[in-house]
Amino acid sequence: MFFLELILKNAFRHKLRAFLTILGAALAILAFGLLQTIVDAWVGGVDNAAANRLMTRGALSMFTSLPEAYKAKIKAVPGVTLVSPEAFFGGYYVDERKRFPNFGVDPEVYLELHPEYRIPDEQRRAFLADRRGAMAGRKLMKRFGWKPGDAVTLKTHMYDGDWTFVIRAVYQDANEDANEDLFVFHWNYLKETLKKEGSTQAGRVGVFSVGIDDGSKAAAIARDIDERFKNSPVETQTETEKAFFLRRVTDSEAIILGVRMLSFLVIGVILAVTANAMGMSVRERMGEFAVLKTLGFSGQALAGFILGESLTVSLLGCALGLCALPFLTGAISGPLSDFFPALRVTRQTCLIGAEAGFFLGAASAALPALRASRARIAEGLRRIG
Amino acid sequence: MAEPLIRIEHAFKSYRRGDRITPVLEDISFDIACGEFLALVGPSGSGKSTLLNLIAGIDVPDSGKILFLGQDIGQLSENELAAWRSAHVGFIFQFYNLIPVLTAQQNVELPLTLTGLSGRERKEHAARALAAVNLSDRMDHRPSQLSGGQQQRVAIARAIAADPALLVADEPTGDLDRESAEDILRLLENLNARLGKTIVMVTHDQRAASAAHLTRRLNKGVLDVLP
Repeated sequence: MFFLELILKNAFRHKLRAFLTILGAALAILAFGLLQTIVDAWVGGVDNAAANRLMTRGALSMFTSLPEAYKAKIKAVPGVTLVSPEAFFGGYYVDERKRFPNFGVDPEVYLELHPEYRIPDEQRRAFLADRRGAMAGRKLMKRFGWKPGDAVTLKTHMYDGDWTFVIRAVYQDANEDANEDLFVFHWNYLKETLKKEGSTQAGRVGVFSVGIDDGSKAAAIARDIDERFKNSPVETQTETEKAFFLRRVTDSEAIILGVRMLSFLVIGVILAVTANAMGMSVRERMGEFAVLKTLGFSGQALAGFILGESLTVSLLGCALGLCALPFLTGAISGPLSDFFPALRVTRQTCLIGAEAGFFLGAASAALPALRASRARIAEGLRRIG
Repeated sequence: MAEPLIRIEHAFKSYRRGDRITPVLEDISFDIACGEFLALVGPSGSGKSTLLNLIAGIDVPDSGKILFLGQDIGQLSENELAAWRSAHVGFIFQFYNLIPVLTAQQNVELPLTLTGLSGRERKEHAARALAAVNLSDRMDHRPSQLSGGQQQRVAIARAIAADPALLVADEPTGDLDRESAEDILRLLENLNARLGKTIVMVTHDQRAASAAHLTRRLNKGVLDVLP
């Protein structure tokens, strides 16, 4: 307790300096956390991808559609247990700028493929039974103020007219940091409507979501699937769900890398500032450290005091920054909701932020502590005289 | 004949600045008996403070020995020497050198944190030491709230709190007015006479030197014995 009190008193000896250093660390951690949160939202979904799910798409590009008939052929591949079509719909609700992912799927298979989606049994039954029924994520419901049973009309540039769906189920993702912003509906409804209109897109599928019995055989099964469609009019490319999601964000990889680097650069800048503040504080007190050494404190003990002071300042700043992060994220998530529907501070971001705080404290103290612990007593005492 | 508390044998000390070596102490040998009150005097630059640093284990001689009750402290590692100082030496500086963020009681308690005493025992020891220097009523004051003489008394309380055998004082009255200086000297005389503390004091002040039993003069690093 005695030493803790000494460390705290010394850390706040120059109140303005301590306050500014804490504020600097808090702002740095805040900026770091915000940038990390934005990157997390950007690559959202990748980490929650399942190992036992594959995605089969056209080999030429992500936008090449596949014939419905592929479903049976994929299902026949050894190791494949489930296949659901996923037809990208490109729909929007009222405001074209407020985008969210929406697909036509085979609801029964899709829900079996995604056990992480938690839905009350009653809603599940209602969704499966209603041809115009749709299932939406909890966050999406909240975003648009929808309620189960609401009829919502989507527009899309891919198909003509208004498309009205009835929300029958609301899912909650078992993964805490999942976006929960999906909107899925019966692919058959899409197919039959397009067929009636005589569209050539009727019965076409964007991708097939494929369930397999053993995640460790994913590569072999993927090869098998693609082998079946070699030399066919539309060749396929099958990959794990994670690889599929990653491909979606690959185009922005350079930007993501840039943002990540920027977030660490912010930490680097505040490290220099904190180290300078600690250096100044130690330089001013070299005489005092000489006195402590004279009284019998070892160089290691002095290093411990300095480390304690530095950690006090940096961890306080870090805590302040991390506490403010959810508020700032909440404040900007509205204006950014069109780009990042689920801007959420993850536990990992908090953990990295806390680690950054520790690193900041330890690294800022390193040189001043070394200097104080190695200083000769006689020289230090001469500074006082 | 009783073993001296400190025996200095042919101690040499010099300082190197770049290529230049400046000798500070040359072939110093003498004993300090237990319970002695010794004043080291001499002009500025004569090596008094350097000799005091050697006696107190703050510095080590280039050659020669400093023996404390027969133990050569020059052979101790830096950490061992720190532990030795905390156990056997109390320090009184010209500018008091109290920790400004701590109260008088906490300043006195500071060296006791190295002794293994409990928090309560430390507080008791500190209170007794402050009582010995008549500062019981200033325990919660910070150094900035005390006069120079009071700060020096806190420094003396800090020096005696762990009950060391040896007190070293470097110009203890150098920064004080006449009245406070006399006060401090009386206190040192009392510590020597009543508690049997061995005191080595560096001073420029003739009056301060006269409070000691024995005075040794250093001149350009060489020791003279005064009558």
